Amino acid sequence: MSIAVIIEKCTGCGLCVKACPFGAIKVTDKKAVIDFHKCNLCGACVDACKLKAIIIEKKEVNKIVPEAKGVWVFAEQKKGKLQTVGFELLGKAQELAKKLNTEVSAVLLGHNMEHQAKELISRGADTVYLVDKEELANYQSEPYTEVLVKLIRKYKPEIFLCGATTIGRSLISRVAVKINAGLTADCTGLDIDPEKKILLQTRPAFGGNIMATIITPNHRPQMSTVRHKVMKEIAPDRNRKGKIVKEDVESNLLVSRTKLLDIVEEIESTVNLAEADIIVSGGRGLRDPKNFSLVQDLAKTLGAAVGSSRAAVDAGWMPYSHQVGQTGRTVCPKIYFAIGISGQIQHLVGMQSSDIIVAINNDSSAPIFQVATYGIVGDLFEIVPALTKKFKEVLKK
Amino acid sequence: MNIIVCIKQVPETTDVRINPETNTLIREGVKSIINPFDMYAIEEAVLLKEKFGGKATVITMGPPQAHEALREAISLGIDEAVLVSDRAFAGSDTWATSYTLAAAIKKIGQFDLVICGKQASDGDTAQVGPGIAVWLNIPQVTYVKKVEDIKDNKAKVESMTEEGYDIIETPLPALFTVVKEINTPRLPSLKGMMRAKKAEIITWGKNDLGVEDDKIGLKGSPTQVVKIFTPPKRAGGQILQGETSEIVEKLINAIRDVV
Repeated sequence: MSIAVIIEKCTGCGLCVKACPFGAIKVTDKKAVIDFHKCNLCGACVDACKLKAIIIEKKEVNKIVPEAKGVWVFAEQKKGKLQTVGFELLGKAQELAKKLNTEVSAVLLGHNMEHQAKELISRGADTVYLVDKEELANYQSEPYTEVLVKLIRKYKPEIFLCGATTIGRSLISRVAVKINAGLTADCTGLDIDPEKKILLQTRPAFGGNIMATIITPNHRPQMSTVRHKVMKEIAPDRNRKGKIVKEDVESNLLVSRTKLLDIVEEIESTVNLAEADIIVSGGRGLRDPKNFSLVQDLAKTLGAAVGSSRAAVDAGWMPYSHQVGQTGRTVCPKIYFAIGISGQIQHLVGMQSSDIIVAINNDSSAPIFQVATYGIVGDLFEIVPALTKKFKEVLKK
Repeated sequence: MNIIVCIKQVPETTDVRINPETNTLIREGVKSIINPFDMYAIEEAVLLKEKFGGKATVITMGPPQAHEALREAISLGIDEAVLVSDRAFAGSDTWATSYTLAAAIKKIGQFDLVICGKQASDGDTAQVGPGIAVWLNIPQVTYVKKVEDIKDNKAKVESMTEEGYDIIETPLPALFTVVKEINTPRLPSLKGMMRAKKAEIITWGKNDLGVEDDKIGLKGSPTQVVKIFTPPKRAGGQILQGETSEIVEKLINAIRDVV
């Protein structure tokens, strides 16, 4: 693949410089010059150039892997409980499989998981590959990697999806390197190219300021981690038919050099931010740590998780595990309440893909109002308790 | 204890804004900084070095401008810096990047620990750290929020999860990716800044690393970016106005179905 400027055609107009998301083009002596260290060959400059003075030659999709078949989903479990992100992926996998005229499989690693395997069938898996071993009861990076590598080599799926959870992101990057596959992190959109039948993976970059569509033309499986809550799960159908394939693996694959000594659940995280449909977050506008109780009361009423801005975490009002934003967690609930949060860009990148954003702040010029679906300019100390009270009444009915 | 820290130079994302007229990123005057998560990796390396002795080396892959980031790391207490730079590395995705960085780490020599930030703020993939661990065939612990103890060539650490954290013991050498909670990065010292100014930056290219051509740069990258676009703008919101009771009523009516 290569990119080149046709010097004769270039007039140095600078349109490509403006279009380049990577700052890789400069105009020197009235000609565009591309810095290859920065260029990602995205083609934004080609589209921008009115004189067709920039050309990119891309590798053709080669069909070296015709035998790869099927869409696989890694079904994450913790303490024997299936994580809902797996259900969301099965929903998406069905859609992709239909376009490719192929089947959906789930792969489940754990211990005493037969019942959960059946659940995966009702959620959209045609086949469940189950590896049931005591050593796999809890996630550990090495045995999980080795087992997945073995299964992928054996069955050769063409697409492999995994939740972009802490486990998913730690595990799948390992698998991708081992099997020489391409991996796209944290996708928010997946589709099939109707002509080439390859996976189009769309993901945010630069904290969500730009979106990139990425393909893996020559390697199989095409692997993606997918952001939680972006894909919709399909309703379980208990009558759905599928098969469970129990896989045995050699014991040497189950060895882990790291040892899991303990799993600690923190009490504050009663509702996990990644799983939550509603998040109520508080910021410095609460003025005092004890006022976080306003946020907590509303959250409790709504069955929501409690989030926090960085400012409130740095001030020691809330533990880091609640922080939403660039240096904290990225969330995308159905409703996000930002209470007393001004909405610095670092916070916005962590929550701006939420379905509905409700902002309550006394400063009408706060940037949070630019992304808010419903903005309330006013005194949070008056509005939030009134809101909690009213919700209590409404939800009781 | 010898520690290697992998860092990345990234645009200071607070400055990355969309020009509403051209619908493109505004790049003018965007500063390059050390990826914020890597600052915690640097600090942890310096803290461990101060506690156990040894040497901390920082490494980055990027264009020659990345010197700046390496010098900053030295000003923060890192001993040596390596720049992995070659036109042949341009266009690397996470697969090729982890391969190339692992090759450079092997060339540095004996080490007990590799520390990375949990992810970079521009790409947000969190894939390079675990990738390096695979290439080096060493155990990894991701999202480390605390190093509880290191003794007898073993480390006990806390690794953040969605619900809390896992306590994990690993033999060394190992690779950690670290989160913000692990420490508070220091500011550069005057002495550090003087040292950074004078420090020699080791630069290695393709031939120094003996890497395979088909595993580096664009050619070695399984993934390809085919399109870049600005996300659709959020649909215009509305400001709810009136007395508190009216506002509350309006809001509840608006979102009642979703709750």
